Amino acid sequence: MNYWDIFKKGIFEMNPIFRLALSLCPALAVTSTVFNAFGMGICVLLVITLNNMVVSVVKDWVNPKVRVPMFITIIATIVTLIILTLEAYFPAIYKELGLYLELVVVFAIILARAEVFAMKNGVVASAIDGLGMGAGFTVAMLFIGAFRELFGTGTILGGTSLAMQIFPQSYNGPMIIILAPGAFIVIGLMIGMFNVIGEYQDKQAAKAKAAAQLTVQRSEAV
Amino acid sequence: MMEYFTLFMGAVIVNNFVLTRFLGLCIFFGVSKSLSASVGMGMAVASILTVSSALAWVVYNFVLVPYDLVFLKIVVFVVLIACFVQFLEIAIKRYAPALYEMWGIYLVLIATNCVVLGVPLINASANFDFIKSVINAFGSGAGFALAIILMASLREKLQYADVPKTLEGLGIAFILAGMLALSFLGFSGMIPL
Repeated sequence: MNYWDIFKKGIFEMNPIFRLALSLCPALAVTSTVFNAFGMGICVLLVITLNNMVVSVVKDWVNPKVRVPMFITIIATIVTLIILTLEAYFPAIYKELGLYLELVVVFAIILARAEVFAMKNGVVASAIDGLGMGAGFTVAMLFIGAFRELFGTGTILGGTSLAMQIFPQSYNGPMIIILAPGAFIVIGLMIGMFNVIGEYQDKQAAKAKAAAQLTVQRSEAV
Repeated sequence: MMEYFTLFMGAVIVNNFVLTRFLGLCIFFGVSKSLSASVGMGMAVASILTVSSALAWVVYNFVLVPYDLVFLKIVVFVVLIACFVQFLEIAIKRYAPALYEMWGIYLVLIATNCVVLGVPLINASANFDFIKSVINAFGSGAGFALAIILMASLREKLQYADVPKTLEGLGIAFILAGMLALSFLGFSGMIPL
């Protein structure tokens, strides 16, 4: 498998949120605005990549029996470093993400990638796998965040210097989309949408296969 | 006394762990397929949460704060709770095999989970004293149990409903949780925090 394949499988085929349904807490908690969703996505991308790299380097020296405590300690250290950095240089993001940033430690997706991928592969491949999974996570977060912010308030990146007014000022969106219940309902519908897309692709693939078979049969008949 | 009561009710209903703080969703959606499993899980989370928060409070206030190591709280809490749950699992397996049959599987799932790590972190950042920490932890656990048992009851009924094919499974479960959250939204503002 080449590096591009490793990278891109995290974005659609094995998207952490929509496909694997892992790490759902932040997908609901910090996606009420695009800004928060992006900040969280980048943090997770960093943690997952760094953790994959460290795990793939130290895997040969550690007894496999104690690998899970090792993963947890490495992840907790990386998260602490990222939190301290954010607290020092980007206090605004730190304040918004707060508790959910600390809880990145127990994200199933990070542990899962360390166990499934980094334990069996080299440093470069592991880093790329982490980048791909992180990118998939960020894309999903941005998608949910953009939807909720756009239909809830009519703006994108509201409150920042890049604020864009998409819907007219008079747009009075349903507040519920930004509140807690909206998060559940929006993600429920998006999972449904991904299922429709998946089914359509399967159907197309089946059709292509059937057509190919038909051609083969015909050519045999001729 | 009133102060403790409002803290407890706030943790159970107003700031419900699952439905307004979005923690423990993996377990919430994973286990709520069956009612009996949800009852077991809810009880396990509530009791583990209470004990591990008490432990974390002791370590935080007697080790981390005096030695100025507060910045290590994430590493310390994660390792502490994972060790505690692992130890509990071994002890239950050895001394109460019947209980282990019932609860063992949940213990493994709880060991590294955002519910169990979240409460000690909230307690530490809110500077709660020991009694308040324990009440907050027990309330949060009870809130989790309430939410997961409600959800499991709804999902058992859902088996007889005619759900659109694309929303079957996780999709409709999320929408259902949204409806539950909507009803819990009605409690917000009842107890000012």
